[in-house]
Amino acid sequence: MAISQIIFILISLVVFSLAFVQFGFVIRNIRLGRPEKIVGHTGWRWKNVLLVAFGQKKMFKRWIPAIFHFFIYTAFLLTQIELIEILIDGAGGYHRFFADKMGGFYTFLINFIEILSVLAFVATVIFLWRRNVLKVPRFFNAEMKGWPQLDGNLILIGELLLIIGIFSMNGADVLLQQIDPANYPDTGTLAISSWLGPSLFEGLDSNFLHIIERGGWWLHIMVVFGFLTYLPHSKHLHIFFAFPNVYFTRRRSRGEMENMPEIMNEVKSMMGLVEDTGAEMGEDIPQFGAKDVFDLSWKTLLESYTCTECGRCTSVCPANTTGKKLSPRKVMMDIRDRLDEVGKNLKSGKPEFVSQDSTGAKLSAQNYDDGKSLFDYISSEELYACTTCNACVESCPVLINPLEPILAMRRYDILTNSAGPGDWLPMFNSVENSGSVWQMPDERAAWTKELDTD
Amino acid sequence: MAVRTMAEFVAAGEQPEYLFWVGCAGSYDARAKKVTIAFTKLLQEAGMSFAILGNEESCTGDAARRAGNEFLFQMSALQNIEVLNGYEVQKIVTACPHCFNTLKNEYPALGGDYEVIHHTQLIDQLISEGKIRIGKGMESKKLTIHDSCYLGRVNGEYIAPRSVIDHLQADVEEMAASRSRGLCCGAGGAQMFKEDEPGDQRVNSARIDQILETGASVVAANCPFCITMLMDGLKAKEKQDEVMVLDISELIVQSNDL
Repeated sequence: MAISQIIFILISLVVFSLAFVQFGFVIRNIRLGRPEKIVGHTGWRWKNVLLVAFGQKKMFKRWIPAIFHFFIYTAFLLTQIELIEILIDGAGGYHRFFADKMGGFYTFLINFIEILSVLAFVATVIFLWRRNVLKVPRFFNAEMKGWPQLDGNLILIGELLLIIGIFSMNGADVLLQQIDPANYPDTGTLAISSWLGPSLFEGLDSNFLHIIERGGWWLHIMVVFGFLTYLPHSKHLHIFFAFPNVYFTRRRSRGEMENMPEIMNEVKSMMGLVEDTGAEMGEDIPQFGAKDVFDLSWKTLLESYTCTECGRCTSVCPANTTGKKLSPRKVMMDIRDRLDEVGKNLKSGKPEFVSQDSTGAKLSAQNYDDGKSLFDYISSEELYACTTCNACVESCPVLINPLEPILAMRRYDILTNSAGPGDWLPMFNSVENSGSVWQMPDERAAWTKELDTD
Repeated sequence: MAVRTMAEFVAAGEQPEYLFWVGCAGSYDARAKKVTIAFTKLLQEAGMSFAILGNEESCTGDAARRAGNEFLFQMSALQNIEVLNGYEVQKIVTACPHCFNTLKNEYPALGGDYEVIHHTQLIDQLISEGKIRIGKGMESKKLTIHDSCYLGRVNGEYIAPRSVIDHLQADVEEMAASRSRGLCCGAGGAQMFKEDEPGDQRVNSARIDQILETGASVVAANCPFCITMLMDGLKAKEKQDEVMVLDISELIVQSNDL
């Protein structure tokens, strides 16, 4: 076994174990969420996955970024085929394992990948330009400062490196096929590399070509490996999570806020509509709504990791575009950041995170208390600026619903915290006492008297 | 012509085809009451059999629920469902998209299952059945359409209001932000009942800028809260004499001079 094979296998093992641990961390975090049953209707779910995730239907509401994104996305999907070959070659010590086995089909595949890679290269440069030169406003809201901005650029630079790797490898290979056909099987004519290779590397000696070919190969696989361990810390996780996130979309109508059966049953029993089950709410008022990530559905937590911070939601939010603090994207990012923090603390096992009434017990999600909550990330001012217009929900290309956690946190603030805008008190009192949002002296049907005089 | 209540129908041993859910705004707000009256005239002209709940109606609880006050929502909703189920109501029509949404999408989970339609949908249907006449009063007027979030984006109904407006033969100029991209008026999610959070501009003011860009003299709306917000926004820009905000039902009534 060659030394390069051993190195490759060792690096692969390290990367895969690292990725396994990190993805495991993310998945365990998502499972910290409240259970919510999202099952059935598999036909409808797969249809969504095909149209919205694979087909990118919602991206095409803004067709310019949609087209460029589509190039990068299809190049990414297709390059996975080449990646299989790279893994086999790397571990088995082969060179282009599939080339002579597939013949003409191999040429077709590599050509397809080459053309998509060029399109993806152009698209990536345009995306870098949109972010850094054109400065598209939705990439410059307050929540995008620092790490999120760097994250976006790192991903794009990584993509350029991947493509540079592919073309160095293929370009040098085309020349090597002529010099050393015994070791470099014929790939057929390649759309880009058969032209790009000679025009860049023509005349170089075969040792140097070999270094370029190997350099491209290692660059490509190392960037892929880098991505694999980087993704769990990045907004770029959407390349995997968009699919399950779309699959598990709630079927509930957009207009229906999640019912709260515990409150419904309590009110029913107060009104004498059901027989008192004796299961009355005790002296301590239970917690309603969402204070922390544990109170949000696992689906919302999955959404927080799926968000790629594109900011379509924020760019159409009536509150945000009129200068209010609320940004639906920031809400999703805050949930993810808080969840990461909780996950890390739980993983640390430190007794300082055990709540006071469980002192001495082993740290777990049930007794977790670090003295913080989602409200340390998302302010009331943000929550109370929402008009529930659903523009954010409508705009998300991967079916994230930022409204759900906003309303869940309002519920906590109002029901458990007894806080919220003072302006609402007259409305609450009026609904409670006179069955109308305004306190009115007239009878409700008084308008009918105006019918004939009008 | 008098409007009869459910109680009166039942006392006479009859059942109306529709319950007309008037809502808080439609019952009490001076501007929204005009919409209630316009829609009532259309129902009467079309010879529809309908009743109101009168004093037995109370707030659907939409604003309370979206404000986060689930207890209050449940109290309102369960009380209404008691009344509605007591009368064996099957079909409900309402001129308020918030009532429409809550009755249609939120009451079923609490035990209230009804066929709920928005008044623009019923008007559209009655026009196509030839039961409502369209006059020439709105012909060639420059008109733009404001979609309410709760009829449009939330319930996916963009067609019915436009289908009704088509009959008016007005000069329709859509805003760049229309249908699923339409901008909110700023009232939803119980914002109607509170001051805005700090910002650069009120939401209704941003929407008015978009409306003024079309050069329309009439804005067709379909929600009492949108109407209030848009009228306030026009007043703030001193454009209230140049642009009228009218409900779909009022457009028909005015076209006929009913």
